[in-house]
Amino acid sequence: MTKKYTEDHEWISVDGDSATVGITDYAQEQLGEVVFIELPDIDKAVDKGEESAVIESVKAAGELKSPASGTVTEVNEALNDEPGKVNEDPAGEGWFFKMKLNDASELDGLMDESAYNDYVESLG
Amino acid sequence: MSNDEIKQTPLFELHQELGGKIVPFAGYAMPVQYPTGIIKEHLHCRESASLFDVSHMGQVKLTGEGAAQALESLVPVDVIDLPAFHQRYALFTNDEGGILDDLIITNAGDHLFLVVNGACKEQDIAHLQSNIADQCDIEVLTEQALLALQGPKAGDVMQRLAPEAADLVFMTATQAQIDGVECFVTRSGYTGEDGFEISMPADKADQIARLLLDQAEVEACGLGARDSLRLEAGLCLYGHDLTTQTTPVEASLLWALSKVRRADGDRAGGYPGASVIFEQIKNKSAQRRVGLQPQGRAPIREGAEIQGPDGTIIGRVTSGGFGATMNGPVAMGYVNREHSEVGTELNAVVRGKLQPLTVAKLPFVTQRYYRG
Repeated sequence: MTKKYTEDHEWISVDGDSATVGITDYAQEQLGEVVFIELPDIDKAVDKGEESAVIESVKAAGELKSPASGTVTEVNEALNDEPGKVNEDPAGEGWFFKMKLNDASELDGLMDESAYNDYVESLG
Repeated sequence: MSNDEIKQTPLFELHQELGGKIVPFAGYAMPVQYPTGIIKEHLHCRESASLFDVSHMGQVKLTGEGAAQALESLVPVDVIDLPAFHQRYALFTNDEGGILDDLIITNAGDHLFLVVNGACKEQDIAHLQSNIADQCDIEVLTEQALLALQGPKAGDVMQRLAPEAADLVFMTATQAQIDGVECFVTRSGYTGEDGFEISMPADKADQIARLLLDQAEVEACGLGARDSLRLEAGLCLYGHDLTTQTTPVEASLLWALSKVRRADGDRAGGYPGASVIFEQIKNKSAQRRVGLQPQGRAPIREGAEIQGPDGTIIGRVTSGGFGATMNGPVAMGYVNREHSEVGTELNAVVRGKLQPLTVAKLPFVTQRYYRG
């Protein structure tokens, strides 16, 4: 299992051709307290970079862009009742959806954890 | 505006010390929230007492025998008969009846004390200068800070620190000493809760704020919660719910138009836009401000268009967000009058999709002002 990160502060955890997607701790911190999540439909085909989920916080609306292209296989229904899980545990219970990847090599251009940490550092 | 033009209030160091997330607001570096978070800060204010730094707002003193009469030439409100140490909500209007700003006027005995919005204060002061400077003295109190202590336990705190101010009822004022500092205290605020606004010398603000925060009931509260609190309380935010394009009639602020200044009053009109406002009182405005209750969980935010049953655009949201006390989304906006009845079912357009919302009674959360 490998975990990669985007410049838009999403994470994608990959196991073979399936993957789980969420937002990073930095992202949830920037958004503030999350009060509503709109998840994609199961079986939806998403493109890399496509806005695939809506995140509403007390302050603003944001979106999660899919880090890779593929098909949504499962969504985290628990977020409908407890969107705050995204703040409490963004890398764990606050995951958004699982997907079947079209092409795992799309992830090659994404950052690994240490590169992402450096990237966040550079944002000040 | 570049960073070096952003001003600081006297409490800037305290906000930083408390871990406030600082954002530019009305030209000032202000805390939008503290580490507690907006939702908990909001709930704390409704349950106990919260301290807000509102020193970015403009404080203006009008002195001279003609001050009340002069000010009446700019607002649709009775200032002349405002009793000593009483306050009144008012609006600066323009020639079209649009709203330039909303403000609170206090008869402070030997002068009038005005509190205006931070984002509008430069233009408000220019407006006063150019229109009534020949009739009274206008002094901008740049060396005064302003704190708001809001919540059901604010009275208990004031009883402990300045008993002479704890007897005030809603929309009245007094001079009071807090921790040896001469303060001007009013029983007012903008959260829908009981509470006080305290004006004090800027160099004493840090001392007073720390004393208030030392009280067991009191927590610091940022601008984020201030916004959600006032929205739940049905109170307008200038620049959003009120603009130069909205009149007091459209804004559902008829209650703020004093009887004596209305068409059949003894001092009818005599302020900018009076004829437009009288016409709208008589024949009703095409649109009016209403509460809007989203039916789903998604917040419906400022700018969202509102559709009537047949899909035509009949209004727009001017404030919307998450109401922590309501534990769900709340909004207000302007709709065509024929769709403004409480209970009317409408749709807002959010990210291209229709979200149902219902015209709702304001306020969402009952105002709990102290009236004695």
